[in-house]
Amino acid sequence: MDRRAAVAKLLEARDGALVVTGLGSPSYNVHAHADTDNNYYLWGAMGGAALTGLGIAQAQTAKRVMVITGDGEMLMAFGAFATIAVAAPKNLDIIVLDNQHFGETGMQDSHTGMGIDLSEIAKASGFSETRVIRDLDQVDQLCRDLTKPASGPRLFVLKIEAKNLPRSLPPRDATYIKTRFRSHLGLAPC
Amino acid sequence: MKATTMRDLSQDWPEALYDTLKAADVGHMSYVPDAGHTTLINLLNEDKQVKTNVLTTEEEGVAIATGAWLGGLRSVILMQSSGVGNCINMLSLPVQTRTPLLMLVTMRGEWNEFNPWQVPMGKATQAALEAIGVTVLRAETGKDLIEIVEQAATMAYEADGQIAVLIGQRLLGKKKW
Repeated sequence: MDRRAAVAKLLEARDGALVVTGLGSPSYNVHAHADTDNNYYLWGAMGGAALTGLGIAQAQTAKRVMVITGDGEMLMAFGAFATIAVAAPKNLDIIVLDNQHFGETGMQDSHTGMGIDLSEIAKASGFSETRVIRDLDQVDQLCRDLTKPASGPRLFVLKIEAKNLPRSLPPRDATYIKTRFRSHLGLAPC
Repeated sequence: MKATTMRDLSQDWPEALYDTLKAADVGHMSYVPDAGHTTLINLLNEDKQVKTNVLTTEEEGVAIATGAWLGGLRSVILMQSSGVGNCINMLSLPVQTRTPLLMLVTMRGEWNEFNPWQVPMGKATQAALEAIGVTVLRAETGKDLIEIVEQAATMAYEADGQIAVLIGQRLLGKKKW
């Protein structure tokens, strides 16, 4: 599955959802679709995307939060499966763009290509819904399902091609992105 | 809970700390437990106005607190000094984004410590935090602690500071074992 086509479908159906992106290709893919005020891009802090999403979800309970990150980034947050499952937000969806490789660093194999199934780990941790998605038709179905209310956190693994596409770089000014995101929510700069 | 004026801050600092955090409009807390934080953790967990998270490792709290601020909530992280070592790379998130961060760190490995394995990280705690760009303040008495946390909350939430308050092991007392 083409990663940008899959991400484009998710973003076209976001319906006001706040989006947090994991460093590397997920940030580039979301930026390539549209650079909007309700995107929060990470350029570092590997392992922090889903948990940043949890904090936003707990502060903004009336909004849906969608984290879009990679398999390597999510693997570094293994404990987050437990922490998020226990926190049990009903407005947090995690999308793992899983190419089974560390794409930014030379395409080394990651654990997800060696038998580790992040959707099963999320399920065993107590996420309310988890699934592995393998083609764009299934992404269309996911987009429909994401509009339905959740009873807890959800995690979906999108199996994508391991390709390094031309980069689409979000702003690297971390305070700009922070302030822009907070302004979108009507919050003051400081 | 005792009224503020009745408190002996050498003993009742956790209750005073709770009042201080509430007065600073803190509505969110994450923690890895420490014996020294027991009372404060219980008070915040019982407070329906405060969202709390138990963590598997302290760095999770750094990312969660950053997200809470992005969404408009003031967050505090409770941990012991050994947990500071787990946080270092994740602290680049609040430091680089200049997001308010308040960490309350109970110290181990520095005073009347019975477990030598606590000593290396106890010695490294302040230096590690300062190396990544976090401002470190230390309290050795209950009275100092309350004053320091009051002003640290201002520096964090109103001046975009990333601040760790170290609570000296001398104040915490010897761990009962």
